[in-house]
Amino acid sequence: MTLAPVIVGAGPAGIRAAQILAKTGLRPIVIDEAARVGGQIYRQQPDGFSRTARTLYGFEHRKARAVHETANALIASRQIDFRPSTLVWDADDHHLYVSSAGRHDSIPYDRLILATGATDRVLPFNGWTLPGVYTLGGAQIALKYQGCAIGRQVVLTGTGPLLYLVAYQYCKAGANVATVLDTSPFPKPTQGIRAFVADARLMAKGVYYMAWLRSHGVPLVHGVTAFEASGSDRVEAIKWRQSNEATAQQHVLPCDAIACGFGLRSENQLASLLGCEFVFDEQDRAWQPRVGADGESSRANIYLAGDGARIGGADMAELTGQQCAYRLLQDLNLDYDAKQAKRVTKKIQRGRHTRLLIDNMFAPPVSWLDQADDALVVCRCEEICVGDVRRMLHEDPRSGLNRMKALSRVGMGRCQGRMCGAGAAMLLAHEQALRLSGVERLRSQPPVKPLRIGETPCEP
Amino acid sequence: MTGLFARLVDQDRPSCRFYVNGEPCSGRKGDTVMTALLTLNAYLRLTEFTQSPRAGFCLMGACQDCIVMQENGDRFRACATLLQEDMRLVIPERVR
Repeated sequence: MTLAPVIVGAGPAGIRAAQILAKTGLRPIVIDEAARVGGQIYRQQPDGFSRTARTLYGFEHRKARAVHETANALIASRQIDFRPSTLVWDADDHHLYVSSAGRHDSIPYDRLILATGATDRVLPFNGWTLPGVYTLGGAQIALKYQGCAIGRQVVLTGTGPLLYLVAYQYCKAGANVATVLDTSPFPKPTQGIRAFVADARLMAKGVYYMAWLRSHGVPLVHGVTAFEASGSDRVEAIKWRQSNEATAQQHVLPCDAIACGFGLRSENQLASLLGCEFVFDEQDRAWQPRVGADGESSRANIYLAGDGARIGGADMAELTGQQCAYRLLQDLNLDYDAKQAKRVTKKIQRGRHTRLLIDNMFAPPVSWLDQADDALVVCRCEEICVGDVRRMLHEDPRSGLNRMKALSRVGMGRCQGRMCGAGAAMLLAHEQALRLSGVERLRSQPPVKPLRIGETPCEP
Repeated sequence: MTGLFARLVDQDRPSCRFYVNGEPCSGRKGDTVMTALLTLNAYLRLTEFTQSPRAGFCLMGACQDCIVMQENGDRFRACATLLQEDMRLVIPERVR
């Protein structure tokens, strides 16, 4: 008996993959932790909210609506088996282990498409555990999903295209954005021109957001080298510098909320548990599952789509989702539109090129933790400080990241390294004078997210 | 104490009663527990090791920083849970 293909993630990648498989008559199982399709980028508001798609998704409203409508039609016609509010917490060669509304189950599979998405890449800074500090993506969700701002005087920090998009969306909704602090320098003219040639529409949007913000009096600061949140019980101000010199002037601005992000990081825990081969991706500055030319992983029956495999954004997610579905059909010797598959592959190549140019404009700061205070919290869950890690490394100077986790507990808490992994790797690289690529990958452990004790597995 | 979050748009929704430490509070239908609590209060929980206040971080179910307890001892992520009528939540008081 052939089992239905299983897709993990109902964002743009998962939905586009499902659409192509369904068209061939397969009835894929699509699993998502959220109650509704769309992923994070095209997340839908709960019942009772009434904003239009245009208000919620701006320039991308047609794409968002298309993904939602495609998914709704597939669900209504029972062409896909959609399992919402379902967490995949472990996986082996033949089963996914899921939890939904307090019930455990296992889902057998022959072929699996992982479209697990991404979260913000965050790096620690003094005061980042204070109430009022959020990720950039989190700040965006507060608005998109709840119609709220994270505060009344909001400062947006870090780097990446999301910085300006969130600032624009906040202002448009009537929030007060006190300033935008970008750790990247203002893009060089040559960088801008190259990006314009690669994707004029995308660049035009970026330029539009920046110009709009400037014309509405939002200060945009480029080349910020350090910042910290201050306050006793909650954020009361942000302090920053624009030069690495100790004598450089420190700027202070009162605010009650800070959102921070340095691009995105992939949710690739399931690929790790499934034994997919990983390679260090210089562009994402992280270990990523190896993705073949058609979206295949190093394992014959596992395919990788969207931001969960490599950071590419929503458009690339739709394309790589399609690509995985085509490859899966090909591997099953089923008919598929080979011409269309070729077209998709071409678009993906173009998209990767554009992405490289954008990533170069908004690279995360490499020396962010070189001068970190001993008191800086690295691991939010276990409240482990830089000093704790340094002491541990003093005793055990050759420790890799996994040993460091065992000995210092950085990355061992409830988030399983999602929020501290990037910072921990950066810190270890600096302390041991390694390149980031010389720091080993933090191995994933099941359950990939916390489960309640008492929710017992259905079978051993 | 004023809350962290500011309600901006699309807030014309029916009210929804819930309880914090036994006191009746009011949110809106469609609020997450996080929104309902953080529009009224500045934190959701205290950390296990240093009793520091936390108010969530990622809002997408990844960081586990927004865990809130109910009176019956159940815990859930406030960002990923919609508010329900008469929910009974517990926010530990700060000891200084």
